[in-house]
Amino acid sequence: MTNHWIDIKNSDAILIMGSNAAEHHPVSFKWIMRAKDAGAALMHVDPKFSRTSARCDFHVPIRSGTDIAFLGGMINYIINSESWFKDYVINYTNASFVLAESYGFEDGLFSGYDAATRTYDRSKWAFEWDSQGAPVRDFSLQNPRCVFNVMAKHYSRYTLENVSAITGVSPENLMKVYEIFCATGKPNKAGTILYAIGWTQHTVGVQNIRASALIQLLLGNIGVAGGGINALRGEPNVQGSTDHALLYHALPGYHNLPLAQWQTLGDYQKANTPVTHIANSANWWSNRPKYVTSLLKGWFGDAATPENDFCYGLLPKGEKGADYSYMYAMDRMLEGKMRGGFIFGVNPMNSFPNTNKMRAALDHLDWLVVGELHNSETSDNWRRPQSDPAKQKTEVFLLPSAHRVEKEGTISNSGRWLQWFDKAIEPAGQARNFADMYVPLINKIRELYRTEGGTFPEPLLKLNWTEKYDAGEWARRINGFFCKDTEVNGKVYKRGQLVPSFVNLKEDGSTSSLNWLYTGSWTEEEGNKAKRRDTTQTPMQAKIGLYPNWSWCWPVNRRILYNRASVDMNGKPWNPEKAVIEWKEGKWVGDVPDGPWPPMADKEKGRLPFIMHTDGSAQLFGPGRLDGPFPEHYEPAETPVAKHPFSKQLTSPCYKFHTSKFDAFAQPADPKFPIVLTTYSMTEHWCGGGETRNVPNLLEAEPQLYVEMSHELAKEKGISNGDGVLIESARGAVEAIAMVTIRLRPFTVMGKTVHLIGMPFAYGWTTPNCGDSTNRLTVTAYDPNTTIPETKACCVNIRKIDTLTEIA
Amino acid sequence: MPKTFLIDTTRCTACRGCQVACKEWHDLPANQTKQRGSHQNPPDLNPYNYKIVRFHEHLDENNNVVWNFFPDQCRHCLTPICVDIATMAVPGALVQDEQSGAVLVTEKCATLSPADAKAVADACPYNIPRYDEKTHMLTKCDMCIDRVSAGMQPMCVKTCPTGAMAFGERKEMLALAQQRLEQAKKRYPKAHLVDPEDVSVLYLLAEEAEHYYKHAAFG
Repeated sequence: MTNHWIDIKNSDAILIMGSNAAEHHPVSFKWIMRAKDAGAALMHVDPKFSRTSARCDFHVPIRSGTDIAFLGGMINYIINSESWFKDYVINYTNASFVLAESYGFEDGLFSGYDAATRTYDRSKWAFEWDSQGAPVRDFSLQNPRCVFNVMAKHYSRYTLENVSAITGVSPENLMKVYEIFCATGKPNKAGTILYAIGWTQHTVGVQNIRASALIQLLLGNIGVAGGGINALRGEPNVQGSTDHALLYHALPGYHNLPLAQWQTLGDYQKANTPVTHIANSANWWSNRPKYVTSLLKGWFGDAATPENDFCYGLLPKGEKGADYSYMYAMDRMLEGKMRGGFIFGVNPMNSFPNTNKMRAALDHLDWLVVGELHNSETSDNWRRPQSDPAKQKTEVFLLPSAHRVEKEGTISNSGRWLQWFDKAIEPAGQARNFADMYVPLINKIRELYRTEGGTFPEPLLKLNWTEKYDAGEWARRINGFFCKDTEVNGKVYKRGQLVPSFVNLKEDGSTSSLNWLYTGSWTEEEGNKAKRRDTTQTPMQAKIGLYPNWSWCWPVNRRILYNRASVDMNGKPWNPEKAVIEWKEGKWVGDVPDGPWPPMADKEKGRLPFIMHTDGSAQLFGPGRLDGPFPEHYEPAETPVAKHPFSKQLTSPCYKFHTSKFDAFAQPADPKFPIVLTTYSMTEHWCGGGETRNVPNLLEAEPQLYVEMSHELAKEKGISNGDGVLIESARGAVEAIAMVTIRLRPFTVMGKTVHLIGMPFAYGWTTPNCGDSTNRLTVTAYDPNTTIPETKACCVNIRKIDTLTEIA
Repeated sequence: MPKTFLIDTTRCTACRGCQVACKEWHDLPANQTKQRGSHQNPPDLNPYNYKIVRFHEHLDENNNVVWNFFPDQCRHCLTPICVDIATMAVPGALVQDEQSGAVLVTEKCATLSPADAKAVADACPYNIPRYDEKTHMLTKCDMCIDRVSAGMQPMCVKTCPTGAMAFGERKEMLALAQQRLEQAKKRYPKAHLVDPEDVSVLYLLAEEAEHYYKHAAFG
């Protein structure tokens, strides 16, 4: 979230899209209802009428996988109706930047496309540079090649007629959302967009969110109270795990994975540290070398020295363009290229797409270690239905893990607050938390290396490791220490004392931090700030529900990101009633500002508000993504239509997919699979259900797999409510109980009727008679930027069956 | 002064936190349920569910979907007819707690004949009590009398994440209900309180009670 949960109450218009907030983030509705009480408009755009829709002012049904068309239409509306916030757009975004001649867009393809590799040469998407190397800007927006005009032309194709034809949303409903939400393009109004995996799990997932960024920037809704783009994240700790890079392509703190082409730390720092030629751009990432060196010091301690490149050479290096995601790991497993593995905190044999493939892939392992609360479809894959355990070669070790309430530590909530939780009870039996499994394991391996030697022992033997895990110690390591006595603002910190802020991190090896964003979360002066529960606030902070002394928030306790964009060039809030920060008597008051500099009106010391962008301006034109600088509508990898109104490029030219014998795809508008399937979770079960299916009172409330469908489709197929049905895709078949409801309705898409059905993915065979993985149907097609699978849209068929084998 | 619940259904998201928390607090075992084409599960109140959220969907006059949620429980009537009927057969089988106004089933309830127990259940204007064949007891919401006596909120109220439920002194709850009603009427012109003079559980509905559940209101 750019903002945080409480801040939702400050909104004048709330657009929930790609999210079923009431069901999956129930507490969000505490704050959404506060906004509603204050008169906010509440809109839900989603394929299905859900418990979220029930509490909104209205629900707009949309065919899954057409969000960019819907949002592109809104961008077109904003420009045509002149709803955009001019001072904000001109001063704070790259609207005025002039594009180089090398940028182009024709019939669904941006310039620089190579069909053989399905990639773009992104150097084509450049700005015109002046003699100093800064982008040429035209603040009058007269130049036809400035970003604003190119963007306007791009979205001029997104007419109501075209958008309605492909999304299945009526022109009236489109206008209703556009008019209400775009009314927040005024200085004293704010609109927020709440999304979740309904937006991310598409072959255009990243571009869905980019489209929302364009809208929020045009309306001046970023940085302000009640605004923002708010990814709803929850108990899976996606926020914390992303920050700490439980990822394959990044290091903790949002640094790129080292690649083979960067053999020295110098190479890495040079390639990953941006340089700006705009005088008033803060270019915060110019500080990256300090954070990366401190990270290496955190990992390797005293073993990391300037002479040995701070042990950078011990880090594994990726190959450029290689994909190390889970999806590709499963593919390698299928090809017999992996012999063993650890699977912790995820149940891929139920939650991953094309589960039949995943289950077959896992069979290729010689050994598997699973850390879980319960036996899962993953731990027990060897004895799954239709599998002969006698023929399975995989030796499986199931390590019983502690439940969340059986351990202490921190969780980073969606609003980036770091909150400490205590252990409520001891883990049952021999269960341990993950760290108490890993720490002794690594120590055992270290011991073996020491006593028996082995290939390349240094990465483990030089680690700044621990004998026994202690959550507090690791929270302090994340914050970081001084590696030598250091004076900061007249105060001397001894070696081993905590670094007070990330501005004190150094490139010379005199500081350590396992994640620069969290430096300042645990200090010598105030201790563990994740434990703070103080509601003290100033009257200004009280107006917007900002509690600076409650827990701690990254970065530097800033509660609303990009908050320098909430004020004008003189530091005066656009909306004084809901001010986030204000420049008063030579200093900022309110939230912690995005950097200490004075307002922009100070030509010498002022800085542009979007400090994480090299050029200081928010990116309406975003050349950093692999699949285009502007979001463009493409159909899902499996689509019920053979063409769309925007270009001849039917599907994303860059989406990734696999080609094993398991990876079958329906043809566009395939008569064998004419129905759109979308998948989701529900309040009563958590993610794939591996935990909650083992809680009897939750299973009682949602006991078995169902498929929600319209009365019209049910009639067409001769299905009655409660009937057993079989859903089939090009990859698999799944049994479910029909739930026939008015909450789903047929769409009219490109002049024909398209049905959409929806299924939860929370059921698996290890819970008897409840049904099995819905993901046996979903598609192994991925967003090119993230490799997230398109589980929200694929094509299926459905029929009634008399005998069920998976559900009883 | 009796206690009163306010259940503002215009704020309910049917998360069923109340339904599950009620079971947890009362240590009630899970039923073996099945998916029957509805999210409402268990399908009805039963000896192991004193509270369930009922789901009802319909199309309004503009063909818009309306999905109503009704967290159903004993109303703890101010003049509980169940107590009167039971008393005729076994005095003290059901009692009304003077302090809280809670209508409670006592151990003596097990001595009611099955026919008398059925008569008590049938007399309920809201179709609440359920007969437990194993224990011969009538079962229903007890207002978490153990918690309330200790100065705590009933479990369902404590669990509600959206503020749909409130609990307190009757006078305060009536005032809050009026305040919420005024607010709700701005969006839902047909909003009303159900039988507010007769019950200790004030339901605020957005439209006619028939669109929630046939026993949502009496008469």
